[in-house]
Amino acid sequence: MALEDTQEKAVRHAFGNVLSLFVLLLIGVFAFSIRLFSVIKYESVIHEFDPYFNYRVTQYLTKNGVYDFWNWFDDRTWYPLGRVIGGTVYPGLTLTAGTIWWILNFFNIPLSVETVCVFTAPIFSAFASWAAYLLTKEVKGVGAGLTAAALLAMVPSYISRSVAGSYDNEAVAIFALIFTFYLYVKTLNTGSLFYATLNALAYFYMVCSWGGYTFIINLIPMHVLLCIITGRYSSRLYIAYAPLVVLGTLLAALVPVVGFNAVMTSEHFASFLVFIIIHVVALAYYIKGILTPKMFKVAVTLVVSVGMIVCVAVLAILIAVVASSPTKGWSGRSLSLLDPTYASKYIPIIASVSEHQPPTWPSYFMDINVLAFLVPAGIIACFFPLSDASSFAVLYIVTSVYFSGVMVRLMLVLAPAACIMSGIALSEAFDVFGRSIKLQFPIGNQTDDVNAGNSSQVSTNNSVKQESEKTENTLKERPVKKSKKKEKEKEKEKEKSESTSITKQIEKKLLILPFEASLVAIVLLVLLGSFYVVHSVWAAAEAYSAPSIVLTSRSHDGLHVFDDFREAYAWLRHNTDVDDKVASWWDYGYQTTAMANRTVIVDNNTWNNTHIATVGTAMSSPEKAAWDIFNSLDVKYVLVVFGGLVGYPSDDINKFLWMVRIGGGVFPHIKEPDYLRDGQYRIDSQATPTMLNCLMYKLSYYRFVETDGRGFDRVRHTEIGKKYFKLTHFEEVFTTHHWMVRIYKLKPAKNRIRGQTKKSKSKTSTGKNNQKRGTRATKKNPYP
Amino acid sequence: MGRSTTAKEAEALVQSLRSAYSATPTNLKIIDFYIAFAVVTALIQVVYMAIVGSFPFNSFLSGLLSCVGTAVLAVCLRIQVNKENKEFKDLPPERAFADFVLCNLVLHLVIMNFLG
Repeated sequence: MALEDTQEKAVRHAFGNVLSLFVLLLIGVFAFSIRLFSVIKYESVIHEFDPYFNYRVTQYLTKNGVYDFWNWFDDRTWYPLGRVIGGTVYPGLTLTAGTIWWILNFFNIPLSVETVCVFTAPIFSAFASWAAYLLTKEVKGVGAGLTAAALLAMVPSYISRSVAGSYDNEAVAIFALIFTFYLYVKTLNTGSLFYATLNALAYFYMVCSWGGYTFIINLIPMHVLLCIITGRYSSRLYIAYAPLVVLGTLLAALVPVVGFNAVMTSEHFASFLVFIIIHVVALAYYIKGILTPKMFKVAVTLVVSVGMIVCVAVLAILIAVVASSPTKGWSGRSLSLLDPTYASKYIPIIASVSEHQPPTWPSYFMDINVLAFLVPAGIIACFFPLSDASSFAVLYIVTSVYFSGVMVRLMLVLAPAACIMSGIALSEAFDVFGRSIKLQFPIGNQTDDVNAGNSSQVSTNNSVKQESEKTENTLKERPVKKSKKKEKEKEKEKEKSESTSITKQIEKKLLILPFEASLVAIVLLVLLGSFYVVHSVWAAAEAYSAPSIVLTSRSHDGLHVFDDFREAYAWLRHNTDVDDKVASWWDYGYQTTAMANRTVIVDNNTWNNTHIATVGTAMSSPEKAAWDIFNSLDVKYVLVVFGGLVGYPSDDINKFLWMVRIGGGVFPHIKEPDYLRDGQYRIDSQATPTMLNCLMYKLSYYRFVETDGRGFDRVRHTEIGKKYFKLTHFEEVFTTHHWMVRIYKLKPAKNRIRGQTKKSKSKTSTGKNNQKRGTRATKKNPYP
Repeated sequence: MGRSTTAKEAEALVQSLRSAYSATPTNLKIIDFYIAFAVVTALIQVVYMAIVGSFPFNSFLSGLLSCVGTAVLAVCLRIQVNKENKEFKDLPPERAFADFVLCNLVLHLVIMNFLG
């Protein structure tokens, strides 16, 4: 009988394992496929802005090898400063894609670098789903793991940053994040040093990939502290944490971007502090173990009095050192996470990035949808029973909810936590409902005395024995191993305790709900899941698949495709010299260097605020002053993006306020009130003269009146103020088909004619009059 | 009065610590000695840095962290090998030592890379 039992159990285990493997495979394929909408709707192209930089770096890596990449100094951007790519880029993503390309080429599969880059993100999202399965399996069990993996495969927040073509750091970083957490929890559960080593290596991969690694190195110490304070210190905690700190700090210092920041900045201090604390606690426990209780009390009083003095002294020194730096040792971006108003007060560049704004309430529902309701249920489920792993999951969700409220970009960190919690909640719910149905289903069940009411007095010995016999009736995602163990526990419990009254401990309760109620509940839960799936697929197809380099719009006469950006970059690539410098607002820097292959003045890295302010000042100044600034930077071409003809709202006129603010922050002669009429930026007839004379206005609206006769701007919904004017220092060289990108060339300086002392540049609109001597007639600009 | 009682208490504490410690098995004492050696080396390095200055900071960091790291790993080994530790009673000490060696290998590989 026992042998049959074990054989049956083994067969069931095998069946369960094969089933879970199959489901995982399906989840991986699903995660990959749902991100392919943009490839189907448009083409296999790299999206947006930042991915173009990563793509260019990957191209360089594949062409020149690792050593050149590591030491690369890029002189085609931030002219004339250049940029040290090797020291300022997180190499994880490019090295990963480069390795994949190299392996594929080694096996003579000739995929281009672009294809590899485009499809890296979907592949790693499949890996991330599997990592989420592993993590949730450690926290709760196989069923919760599968549910969490399925939820993560299609959560819209993660899809938005990892579609095919979104070749950005988060594509691999989220996988690294979840995998590092999985290894940490696994080490915590098993206490094996082998997993601690793997944990440090996974953390190294995370540091290589994304600046968000500081989240890990602050969350794990927080969790360790929480465990110590709640009395859950164990030697497994020490093994999980201490090697990670030492190895992790060393590995983080190996990455050039981080370097010595790994030991010097406040972002890492929490880990060192908790490192010291855990050693003190470990020592205390060790001494407690080898001394008698009386002696231990003596030791405690002695040590506490002496140790307190030492601690206070050390803390005072530390605080003095940290407080002496103006930002208390934190970097600007991290400080803006803790104090959300910091960036808008001190660093307008950080405040201007749209991803750094706080999210709105609807964006929560759009991005994690149904999970927003399931997360609280998951948090409660984590407390029954509370283990180290489930306390970690709760801490993770709480901190990520806070940070997602500060910055919309960090909704991405919330997504895996929400999926884990929801997976736990759904799995527990299905557990209860399935059990209720199974026990009350009128097939082959001899005992009718199973209580139909909502009680815990149910399950006499008889019905418990029935459970152990009813083994065929398992639902798909049930953790088979776990339910058997639970039933065995219940048997033992029932035999020990005489009364079947409502017991205090939750583990002894076998919650059985009414049959109809559980049936309806299961149907409703499946319906909820289907809403989630429908919404996720819709979001992936419609909302998050736009490559933003190609735009489409539907009108009554069909589908219009706006490929103006690539048109402009291709023109630049073919019609200008290789060494020509192009000036534009920093949004387009990466795309210009990657697609047009020309040197730019500022790009999306935004590391030098003064340089950006210079360009911003030039765009806000009148033509002559702007020409002077651009000429001093050796600029040949100026590129502006203009959406007025077609109604494209993200054009440079809408971004103009940031040019004024950033420029005005460094050059005080640019004053924002000069451009405002009644507190608003206007370009119609009510606009201020400074606005109507600035370079951005002129370059955007030059000859715009020729399109429809009255110069109606479709984005601002007004006619423009100054319609007829000529450009004195710039000449238009290219305007794309829908007027979305306009390229101008700087006119060369006029030759000075011998014998004349007049200035070689024509009259400016700020009203400086030239001294004219000689017979040259004054050229008056008839269109001021 | 108070001082003498605290002094007597301190003496008694030290005595009981010493007697309790001498009861530990020899292999654990060897590991403890190794830990003490690593920590002392780390302290010597810090003192040396304070005297001479921290110019090749990466060398200082790698030296210090290698001592601290191997001490931490030895503590982990001691935890896993200790017979009185109920959580690890079905972990064979050979496996614990193998993990210790592996982690040390990774640590020293990183150190040698960082030493500069």
